[in-house]
Amino acid sequence: MSAAESLASAPTRFIRAFSGKGEKDLVPQTRLSGPMPWVIAIMVALTVIALGAGLALRNTVVSAEAELKGGVTVQIVEPRGDKRDEQVQAALARLRTMPDIVTLRPVPDDEVDALIEPWLGTELDRGVASAVPVPALIDARFENAISEERIAGLQTALAKVAPSARVDAQSGWLEPVYDAIASLQLLAMALVLLLAFALAAAVLLAARNALGTNRETIEIVHLLGGTDTQIARVFQRSIGVDAATGGLVGLVLAIVVILFLGGRFSDLGAGLVNNGALDWLDWVLLALVPVAATLLAMLTARFTVLHALRKML
Amino acid sequence: MTQAPDGEIVHFNNVGLRYGTDREVLSDLSFTLYPGSFYFLTGASGAGKTSLLKLLYLAQRPSRGMIRMFGSDAITMPRARLPALRRRIGVVFQDFRLVPHLSAYDNVALPLRVSGAAEKDLVKPVSDMLDWVGLTDRMQARPATLSGGEQQRVAIARAVIARPQILVADEPTGNVDPDMAVKLLRLFEALNGLGTTVVVATHDVHLLKKVPDSLIMRLDKGRLSDPTGALRFPPKRRARQRVQ
Repeated sequence: MSAAESLASAPTRFIRAFSGKGEKDLVPQTRLSGPMPWVIAIMVALTVIALGAGLALRNTVVSAEAELKGGVTVQIVEPRGDKRDEQVQAALARLRTMPDIVTLRPVPDDEVDALIEPWLGTELDRGVASAVPVPALIDARFENAISEERIAGLQTALAKVAPSARVDAQSGWLEPVYDAIASLQLLAMALVLLLAFALAAAVLLAARNALGTNRETIEIVHLLGGTDTQIARVFQRSIGVDAATGGLVGLVLAIVVILFLGGRFSDLGAGLVNNGALDWLDWVLLALVPVAATLLAMLTARFTVLHALRKML
Repeated sequence: MTQAPDGEIVHFNNVGLRYGTDREVLSDLSFTLYPGSFYFLTGASGAGKTSLLKLLYLAQRPSRGMIRMFGSDAITMPRARLPALRRRIGVVFQDFRLVPHLSAYDNVALPLRVSGAAEKDLVKPVSDMLDWVGLTDRMQARPATLSGGEQQRVAIARAVIARPQILVADEPTGNVDPDMAVKLLRLFEALNGLGTTVVVATHDVHLLKKVPDSLIMRLDKGRLSDPTGALRFPPKRRARQRVQ
């Protein structure tokens, strides 16, 4: 066989190596009669839900970070109104001169009032309200993400023209939330790995059980000159069919659950939660879970059977 | 394909076999089998006939000694090479060992499928073979629905379908009527005439007389005796003539 012919037949050989077509009659096929497809369906459903949650959390973080990237809030903490206004104008003038500034706006008083409304209420006596030293706010956005060093530099630059200015990175406010979400993401990934491990263990037990049940037939096939690979292909094909069927059922089940939960969360109307919606690439990833589960099941079956057969002469 | 020294097909040298820590069931076996020869292996029950056959069809490794099959050392041979060697050996098991979920047709086709034959190439040889053993009308029957004699004929058909270089049969006529026994022996002889070495284990002394020029290996308590001198003076000329 020439190199070109060998290359051309490689896909066929690969498919044959994993499909077991041609050896299907060597040992009896269990098909879908056993519990394996249903075990795999449950595993895949849980894996897809865990992965979907992890991806949604990642999207939440990415979306929030994109919104807050480069965002800086400058507070002018000056109790005297006239001084405060002067420092706001000076800070605005200084910030406008910076080359990487993208947007800049003083936060109007009514927006500030709305921000503090939950704490001070709406029916406050105007005298009391005016006595509360509410800082003026400037919302600035720079081209790049704001580092600790850049915050310190801005603080120094503004201190010269507005001594009461305090600079905060907007993303910094959400650091604890990011940390919590990162932990949940890790948990989701750990669940995915654990479920993959559990799936492999279940397949291993099923393959061993099938080997035990068909030991007599396998011995006969061996003595007639059957190779370990031929026998392993039969088992991996059988378990592959189970895994593909179970995986499909599990995927459908998980999609129903994800869509239901997505609907419930979107009803909350919370911006951060809504930003966690899955995009098309996420759905593709979720759809690949049963494919990965099938491959994992087939590989586990193959290696389990080959390992067991090596103990036979 | 490896060329065996002096045309030998099997060579045992000081072979012993024990199961676990029990005493040896086979001891000090040294003999050579040549292509085209017909051997009967006789001996009382428990003499070790089946154990010796297991060594011959590579179902068992000996506890000691050396076995050379088709010119290769079968003891030290890598496991991955054993299937190719086994495909050159046809076996009729004493208990038939048919695959229960397969029909008579599929059981007979099994050695050809295992060796990678295409489905379209199976139909004629398998049908012919089943016809020869008189089971054409039972080809779709499962072993459980076949009588003992029918199962034995399926087992024999399976053993010879791939034209093995050596045929090892353990009591192959034990469950068939005398006419069928003679017919099966004629099949073995026909194969033998084509160059296949045949080893038939039997305790039926009448069978020995039905194959002229056959050689007798007698096992007694795990040791081989040589009543015809066949093992000391191998029939080289006869074997080569038959191969030619």
